[in-house]
Amino acid sequence: MIDFELTVNGARYAVRAEPRKLLSDVLREDCRLTGTHVGCEHGVCGACTVLIDGRPARACLTYAVQMQGHEITTIEAVASGGRLSALQQALHETHGLQCGFCTPGIVMTFEAYLKENPRPSEEEVREVLSGNLCRCTGYHNIVAAILRAAEAARDAKA
Amino acid sequence: MKPAPFRYHRPSSLAQALGILAEHGADAKVIAGGQSLGPMMNMRLAQPAELVDLNGLEGLENIQDRGGWIEVGALVRHHVLAASPLVRAACPLLAEAARTIGHYAIRSRGTLGGSLAHADPAAQLPLVAATLGAEMAVVGRRGERRVPASEFFVSLMTTVLEPDEILVSARFPKAAPGERHAYQQFSRRQGDFAIAAVAATLNSNQLRLGIGGVEDKPVVLADLKSLEPAAAARAAREAVHPTENPRVPALYRRELVEVLARRVLLKVLDLKK
Repeated sequence: MIDFELTVNGARYAVRAEPRKLLSDVLREDCRLTGTHVGCEHGVCGACTVLIDGRPARACLTYAVQMQGHEITTIEAVASGGRLSALQQALHETHGLQCGFCTPGIVMTFEAYLKENPRPSEEEVREVLSGNLCRCTGYHNIVAAILRAAEAARDAKA
Repeated sequence: MKPAPFRYHRPSSLAQALGILAEHGADAKVIAGGQSLGPMMNMRLAQPAELVDLNGLEGLENIQDRGGWIEVGALVRHHVLAASPLVRAACPLLAEAARTIGHYAIRSRGTLGGSLAHADPAAQLPLVAATLGAEMAVVGRRGERRVPASEFFVSLMTTVLEPDEILVSARFPKAAPGERHAYQQFSRRQGDFAIAAVAATLNSNQLRLGIGGVEDKPVVLADLKSLEPAAAARAAREAVHPTENPRVPALYRRELVEVLARRVLLKVLDLKK
């Protein structure tokens, strides 16, 4: 066991864990942030996607001990003051989720991606979305939501 | 799907990292982005007793112009490589192939050094390194050595790296003025490793064709007799010896090589389909 500190959503957590403990498990079990979901645990499904210093990453391919000195952002930080983000709102409006298991990973992936590319084409959205598996929706409405969120952000700026 | 226990090391200098490797030999494994080693450890296909995290090392995240070469540090992440204006201008094949690696989140973490050292025969960066004739810089306690891609990749996920050595950078020759390139891969799902991939560069009449995913390491063909797309693609098909696999018959891989080779040839020769 080692003692170390993690910064998650701007808050500091004192963690005592084995080095092999995955960031996904530390977030859920030690930080009690269960919004990060655990699916395949080998980097394929994307359910555990979080942001490390603002960039998306698989929490299941990261050992929590590696994250000392880095800023982790999870789904819990996306809505603020009870208000959904534009992307979350668009997912709600377009029926972009059913069971919701994959949704946190998708939201984290695209919160990052839409900052990098605020005007994605549908093809670009689908390429990025290929890293997140959804077994309910068939993806169509997720794509629609992401495009709507990008449009909403553009309108808000205009 | 949890890794076996290991001891965690986070060296702050290359010398310190090499010291840990020298002490533990084959019991130690270095980790950078962890996008290949992570899954292998979760599935317990790899169970290193000592894990040496290179992410704290400085100076391995640079992309530098070195005259006729572009030098890329081992810790450069795929998304940085793909977006680098320098790489896009001087080694466009490298940038184009890097854009196709895995998925968005994988490209955010995965590193050049990790991909080359992991030496998956279906991976993009080993194929590009072999096709372009890149050179790896390898550091050990005995000093630094430079290894050409033709010698670096030995076989399936095996390189010349000794257990106490670290790949610190790779340098890629800049494209000559007017040089053309193309990259094509085929996989069943977006983001999967390629069943077959073909890269090409054409510099005046010098064609180099790199083929990945079909043998235990990238294959480079530099002496194809004909540049006529159909003939050269058939020659590429005959030149490879795909491994037989119950899910992917060797014949299927040969067919793919021919199709992909024809596509890259049409592109580098600027011909219509």
